[in-house]
Amino acid sequence: MFVLHEIRKGFYLDSVALMRLSREVAAALGIIEAALMMGTPSNAAIMRNAGLLDEGTEVRGNDLVLAVKAETEAAARAALDDAIRALDKPKAQGDGSAAAWRPHSIAAAVKAHPDINLALISVPGDFAAAEARKALNRGLHVLMFSDNVSIADELSLKQQAREAGLLMMGPDCGTAVIGGAPLAFANKLRRGRIGIIGASGTGTQEVSCLISEAGAGISHAIGVGGRDLKKEIGGITTLMAIDAFDSDPDTDHVVLISKPPHPDVAKVVIERIARSPKSYTVCFIGATEMKLPSNARFSPTLKGAAELALGGKTIGAGFDATAQVSRFPGRKWQSRIEGLFAGGTLCAEAQVILGASGRKVVSNAAIPGVPKLNGTQDDQRDRLIDLGDDEYTRGRPHPMIDPSVRDDALRAALINQDIAVILLDLVLGYGAHADPATHLTEIVASRGKNAPALIASVVGTEADPQTRSAQIRKLEQAGIIVAPSNAQACELAAAIANNAAR
Amino acid sequence: MKLIDDANQQALARILEGEPRLIDIVPARELMPGLKDRMILHAGPPITWDKMCGPMRGAVAGAIVFERWAPDLKAAAELAASGGIEFHPNHHFGAVGPMTGMTTVSMPLFVVENARFGNRAYCAINEGLGKVMRFGGNDESVLKRLAWLRDVFGPTLGKAIRACGGIELKSIIARGLAMGDEMHQRNLACSSIFLREIAPTLARTATDNAILADCLAFIGQNDQFFLNIAMAMGKAMTDPAKGIRGSTIVTAMCRNGTDFGIRVSGLGDQWFTAPVEMPEGLYFAGYSEKDANPDMGDSAIVETIGLGGFAMAAAPAVAGFIGAGAPSAAGDFTRAMGEITIAQNPEWTIAALDFAGVPTGIDVRLVVDTGMAPVINTGIAHREPGIGQVGAGIVKAPLACFQQAVRAIAGDLGVS
Amino acid sequence: MPDQEKQPYQSLLTGKVKVVNVGLEGFVKDLRDCDIDVVHLDWAPSAGGDPQMAALLAKLGV
Repeated sequence: MFVLHEIRKGFYLDSVALMRLSREVAAALGIIEAALMMGTPSNAAIMRNAGLLDEGTEVRGNDLVLAVKAETEAAARAALDDAIRALDKPKAQGDGSAAAWRPHSIAAAVKAHPDINLALISVPGDFAAAEARKALNRGLHVLMFSDNVSIADELSLKQQAREAGLLMMGPDCGTAVIGGAPLAFANKLRRGRIGIIGASGTGTQEVSCLISEAGAGISHAIGVGGRDLKKEIGGITTLMAIDAFDSDPDTDHVVLISKPPHPDVAKVVIERIARSPKSYTVCFIGATEMKLPSNARFSPTLKGAAELALGGKTIGAGFDATAQVSRFPGRKWQSRIEGLFAGGTLCAEAQVILGASGRKVVSNAAIPGVPKLNGTQDDQRDRLIDLGDDEYTRGRPHPMIDPSVRDDALRAALINQDIAVILLDLVLGYGAHADPATHLTEIVASRGKNAPALIASVVGTEADPQTRSAQIRKLEQAGIIVAPSNAQACELAAAIANNAAR
Repeated sequence: MKLIDDANQQALARILEGEPRLIDIVPARELMPGLKDRMILHAGPPITWDKMCGPMRGAVAGAIVFERWAPDLKAAAELAASGGIEFHPNHHFGAVGPMTGMTTVSMPLFVVENARFGNRAYCAINEGLGKVMRFGGNDESVLKRLAWLRDVFGPTLGKAIRACGGIELKSIIARGLAMGDEMHQRNLACSSIFLREIAPTLARTATDNAILADCLAFIGQNDQFFLNIAMAMGKAMTDPAKGIRGSTIVTAMCRNGTDFGIRVSGLGDQWFTAPVEMPEGLYFAGYSEKDANPDMGDSAIVETIGLGGFAMAAAPAVAGFIGAGAPSAAGDFTRAMGEITIAQNPEWTIAALDFAGVPTGIDVRLVVDTGMAPVINTGIAHREPGIGQVGAGIVKAPLACFQQAVRAIAGDLGVS
Repeated sequence: MPDQEKQPYQSLLTGKVKVVNVGLEGFVKDLRDCDIDVVHLDWAPSAGGDPQMAALLAKLGV
């Protein structure tokens, strides 16, 4: 085994470009492992732990580190040389006319375009807070997709934003839709009079898409970040979003979506809702029914929240779960469900639904009452994995951008004899993979006839670039069952697994 | 930080409010009381003989023979090597010089006075192209030309300048920018405007028609004649900005062929140095990178006041000439330099950028934060003395100078 | 309703969003496909990724 590395000083590539290049290098002959990463402290630690970089080599955040572990020195050298050649390839020449000049800093961008009003930040976590501060200092709102930002920085940024009347959406916030404009990971939605306040993205995406596909519409979807309702943050952005919707003439009803907040924060938020002239649907995933003021109603699931917002309309009424169950006779040794989620909130909803169906679950992103996954304990429990959680995204792109994280887990699950059902989410819209259905069907195409049943839901709208119905058709043609919502996919999974256990 | 921002505004004001005029040509010994025999002023930050590059050593030997401190070049080199010569940066004596930048007691220097603040700055007369002392030339022809500058051209032009009451310089720059000059690699328009302005007075004050003709020809045949005047102007404009506590604005950038040095307003005369980088550019026929000398000269003073590489948008032809890319992309350089400066100069505007002013007031904090070093348009000398210019290109100031300066300012202000 | 100074978040909701994209270039095309004005930064970490220098610069007001 042979390890070789090369450092390019002052050579920055974004994480997606790095991912593409890493994949090429890793696929080369004789390569055991490859890492192409910017030399930030966190990434350097990852590479050192993986034995790809020795302790003595100093790297900086602006350095590109290429490291390979190979069977022979020759293989390592060849792969490294190929990668370097790919880096040095001159960018495709344009037509010679001045390419649009790119500013290097927020300061320069705002100087050149004074009407900029929002910074969309997706740089590595080590640098994200500093960029957000620069944006806030210049009166910009912030949508921060970056995660692995300290909670102390999040608090400081949100306090500064509040002082200035600016929305600090994030860290760890992938979705916002402002005035119909999809920002980062978001969908083309019908415009209407329902507003959404969402921590993290996929909960917002699921609820907004279900509402839009049901014929109603969204005024704005404001993201607040996954930790906004933790005690340390106290719901700063959530409270500002409530203020914003109070003064928005285009919104009548607001859906608040989050994993269960800290009780103190929940109290403050609910008291604030009580003082609002608008009506509210409060969706704390997995929380028990709580006392709400007269202008608010509660649902522990995303589907339930969408139905309340729609005035009680049932979603996916035409889906016949029972008929699907009978297609899957039980095999005694296959008993459990494996959920592989790109969407964190969808994973949370799955834990609620499966729990309500009498299943015992475990998760790496466990909601209260569910044990946290560590190692491979308790093979009897259903395992629901949030592949977008921080532990999976250190130094690599989110699974909604790079499906390869899930591909490996999926391949393993397909040949795992303990698994009766695999649960998947497919998220469409802007920022997402161009054709996730085709990608998925390719992975599952060669599965054996005793492979677990595959159940998926597709978060998206007909107007999304991927076109929801076309994606569903592709999945069904590959023998994957598609439910109209994540909640129904989970209910069906539970029914099949329970049936198999009999 | 408010202290820094206020200090920077002050430094910027000092630069922009300057009123530089070319008022005379005078031998160095009469301008610099401290300059004696066996003292040589050179370009760039402080350097010793043992560290000097080939062209600089060639120029030093030539200057020694020119001043008759040694009988020939061999003896001159021995004198220098043995410690018989005191070396100082031009900047330490109120002067600047291009490439090797040799300044010695009998050389005639342009005198630029900043009427607003009363300070003065000096620069030797541009010798022309080809085999010249600023590229390390030191043979008979070089010394003969220097003698003619000392005995004929200097006094003649000086008399004319005095007679017409001096020449205001900012307006020449403004017109030059509108005509394709950036005042570092291209001074053709400014040189022409200068000749047009001085010629009538030269004709009136010259005593001999042949001398008049020689002088007019000397100016008229040198596309880069105005460079040295622009350089003295640059120093005259930045010197009043020195020593404003807390200011992170650059007041000087210069190179000696070995090291690059910068000065920062808040830290006065302190030098921050790092090894020079190699220029990247285009070479004249028959030459290549292996012939190139490392970066050299005080001429980066023009970038320090927003010209040269900073004003590339005004000189698209230069972009192609120095291999900086397509002429249509020249504006990108000026826009990039806008990210490391705090203001635009409203008196020196660039039509191609909708009359944006040249980026002025290099802030060392912005340089280090963005990682974008000042871009300097430079000539490339042959590494062997006396051969001359072999190409032109752009060179970046080393980031290390600015990193050192940031730490020093922080230390001075008690920030850690 | 008392005449209040309009909060910045109100302007954001009622006006047009104009974005500066700091990070993944992949977002830019999607934004432009939705007719959203976006300026993409040629971004690199502050101070070449040196955390101490970046922190010092932040203290010096950059």
